[in-house]
Amino acid sequence: MDVSVLTEYLPLYKEAALLTVKLGLLGILFATVLGLVCAAVLYFKIPVLKAIVKIYIELSRNTPLLIQLFFIYYGLPKIGIRTSPEVCGVAGLAFLGGSYMAEAFRSGLEAIPLIQEESALSLGMTRFQTIRYIILPQAVSVSVPALVANVIFLLKETSVFSAVSLMDLMFTAKDLIGLYYDTTEALFLLVVFYLIILLPVGILGTILEKRARYAGFGA
Amino acid sequence: MSEKVLTLRGVVKEFEGQTILDGIDLEVEKGEVVVIIGPSGCGKSTLLRCINALEPIQGGEILLQGSPVKAGDKNLPVLRQKIGMVFQSYDLFPHMTIMDNITLAPRKVHKRDKAEVEREAAELLSRVGLADKAKSFPRQLSGGQKQRVAIVRMLIMHPEILLFDEVTAALDPEMVREVLDVMLELAKQGRTMIIVTHEMAFARAVAHRMIFIDEGRIVEEGKPDEFFESPKTERARNFLNMFRFQPASRS
Ligand SMILES: Nc1ncnc2c1ncn2[C@@H]1O[C@H](COP(=O)(O)OP(=O)(O)OP(=O)(O)O)[C@@H](O)[C@H]1O
Ligand SMILES: [Mg+2]
Repeated sequence: MDVSVLTEYLPLYKEAALLTVKLGLLGILFATVLGLVCAAVLYFKIPVLKAIVKIYIELSRNTPLLIQLFFIYYGLPKIGIRTSPEVCGVAGLAFLGGSYMAEAFRSGLEAIPLIQEESALSLGMTRFQTIRYIILPQAVSVSVPALVANVIFLLKETSVFSAVSLMDLMFTAKDLIGLYYDTTEALFLLVVFYLIILLPVGILGTILEKRARYAGFGA
Repeated sequence: MSEKVLTLRGVVKEFEGQTILDGIDLEVEKGEVVVIIGPSGCGKSTLLRCINALEPIQGGEILLQGSPVKAGDKNLPVLRQKIGMVFQSYDLFPHMTIMDNITLAPRKVHKRDKAEVEREAAELLSRVGLADKAKSFPRQLSGGQKQRVAIVRMLIMHPEILLFDEVTAALDPEMVREVLDVMLELAKQGRTMIIVTHEMAFARAVAHRMIFIDEGRIVEEGKPDEFFESPKTERARNFLNMFRFQPASRS
């Protein structure tokens, strides 16, 4: 492996990594909001919306991100909705992640026994207070492991962003290999940068999970 | 004239077309302790749940100090503040300390000052022998301790009537007593209470009035001594007999 090649490539990777992280986090943020809204619609069994959410979840979970991105990037302009690659990447990630986040929140909400809600109500709390102080905090702490897994999954999925000509890590590596044939160095840096992004998330996730477990139930 | 706290008139409860409560009439006066017994599945829990509208009723009416308690009503939370309830399963909020479990409702519902509520909570906790548990989490408490906290959590709302649904049924025998003692103390203070229990000795000691329910109806009611000594109905007699140990006769 040639160190001088590595140092030469480094700035390019840094920039690409920043883009990956930026778009990844934005996508995850929107996915989380979308997931919460969908989970709420399912939890409160809101008519009509419930059916729409169910269709969305099936669509989102059963199609690859690459296809979703193609649809947004090449398909939507045909009906007059034109997006930049960045918006497309974020939107695609949010569309994919929303269903996974929704499932994580839903399983958390369903894990809370009915008696918790009933005890709160019988103390005279309103339905809103019950959800705010009793149901949600417990549901979120149950959901934490699934949420963390989703964040890591979605960050990994950003590797298909290059398909809509976003200059993310994958794009940079492929590009450099195509130009200079320094395959080893290019791939090495790709792995290193993904690790730099994902390892801290994994560690933070483990800490969070432990906290959540203590805040919630169990030992 | 004595003040009526709770009035039930012809309360009917149906689950999926099945009649579970079949016209329950009941009046509870201020300071009265009513104990309800009956075979499993006769509708005791359902009756208590109807009283604070955790279950909607299909017929009759329920009045708390004259105001109708109805599922879905706007002022239901206000009425529920006056109806305390403790369930069979320990239902403390697992993500909060004992202190927060107790003070959450008075702070959020009654908008009371935190320091002031915590003072009252501490005093109530020490009265049930749990002064040192304020900072603990529910998981660190025994079943009996949890039920005593659940009672304190209800008391701090200053309810007009207290409902207890087999609060000792899930406890190990050595913990039953500590919870029953707390309830006896509340009865002595003159609280209005409806207690569902299978602890017959306790029932007899605490009750002003016994009510025997079978198949969704009040079959018999009366003063505890009369009820236990000479039940008038066959069904009550049979039920009470199950709690007496008689050596099986051999031929
Ligand atoms: N949510 C429900 N849906 C359908 N049926 C129900 C529901 N809750 C209770 N029931 C039925 O209503 C009847 C009365 O139940 P309830 O729990 O009030 O009995 P109980 O007298 O409290 O019995 P136990 O002594 O075992 O606690 C039972 O037949 C039960 O199966
Ligand atoms: Mg019951």
